[in-house]
Amino acid sequence: MTLTTLLLLAAALIGIGVYGALSQQSFVMLMMGLELILNGVMLAAVAFWALSGAGVPEGQLLTIVVMAVMAIEMAMGFALVVAVFRTNQADVTEGITELKH
Amino acid sequence: MDYPLIVDLFFVLLSVLAVVSGWRVFCTDSMVRASFFLLVSFIAVGLIMILLAAQYLGVAMFFMMAVEMMVMALFMVMFMMNPAGLNPMMMVHQHRFAIVAGAVSFVVLAAVALLAEFPDSPLPADLDPVTSLGNELLGDSMLIFESAGIVLLTTMIGVVVLSSHRGRFGAAEEGSMPPGLAPGGEPAGMPKESDEGGGHHHHHCH
Repeated sequence: MTLTTLLLLAAALIGIGVYGALSQQSFVMLMMGLELILNGVMLAAVAFWALSGAGVPEGQLLTIVVMAVMAIEMAMGFALVVAVFRTNQADVTEGITELKH
Repeated sequence: MDYPLIVDLFFVLLSVLAVVSGWRVFCTDSMVRASFFLLVSFIAVGLIMILLAAQYLGVAMFFMMAVEMMVMALFMVMFMMNPAGLNPMMMVHQHRFAIVAGAVSFVVLAAVALLAEFPDSPLPADLDPVTSLGNELLGDSMLIFESAGIVLLTTMIGVVVLSSHRGRFGAAEEGSMPPGLAPGGEPAGMPKESDEGGGHHHHHCH
């Protein structure tokens, strides 16, 4: 377990997350992609804190902030899913194409 | 910093688990199963955090993700087609572009991990990570911590506003109609409608 292997794992999680966020049609699956990206970001932050930052407490604080971002993303995402479903009966991104114009 | 062999072994197993379950999220037929695969991926990363001595963050990850993925599975059952995975599912758009973008972001980040020079300064031996995090949260970085709390409160209000079926004065889709000062009275604080085409029914109570 070195900094390089940890960062490679984080890069793999972020790559899978980017694929998911860009490719999925369903709103909730799209949010799962975003969550995987944040998962990789948190892992990278903890890896830097433990192996490259000499344990400065701000490293853990950054991870806590990312966790809060994740909670906000989930809550707002689900609220938007509910709102869109109520007005458009849409559960896939193609259902709200009028946002393009 | 050198870890004992058992830690390295666990790290390899957990990394494989995190990546494989993260990948399975997007190629399983059942959306509920997808959210549980994501939970497995998060728990593997949380365990790696504990291996890295960030016990508080690892355990916080378990609690948060267990609840979050349950909510996600519930939403899958409520809103999405095919939550049980009885039919094959492949709901993707711009698939080739997404694969290329994911691969490119992995390659770029992996190149940073392999080629960049990072300082090698591991945790000091006498560091208590939980105590140091607590002192930071309620000490020097209290403003950041409290700001995160305020943002979460704002999120709660925004979520209720976005998902609420009705506002304070009636259904969310209709024009708002304040209640009267007396029961059944004229709506309070509304300008008097002089034109007959206005269409406001003052005596319509909700």
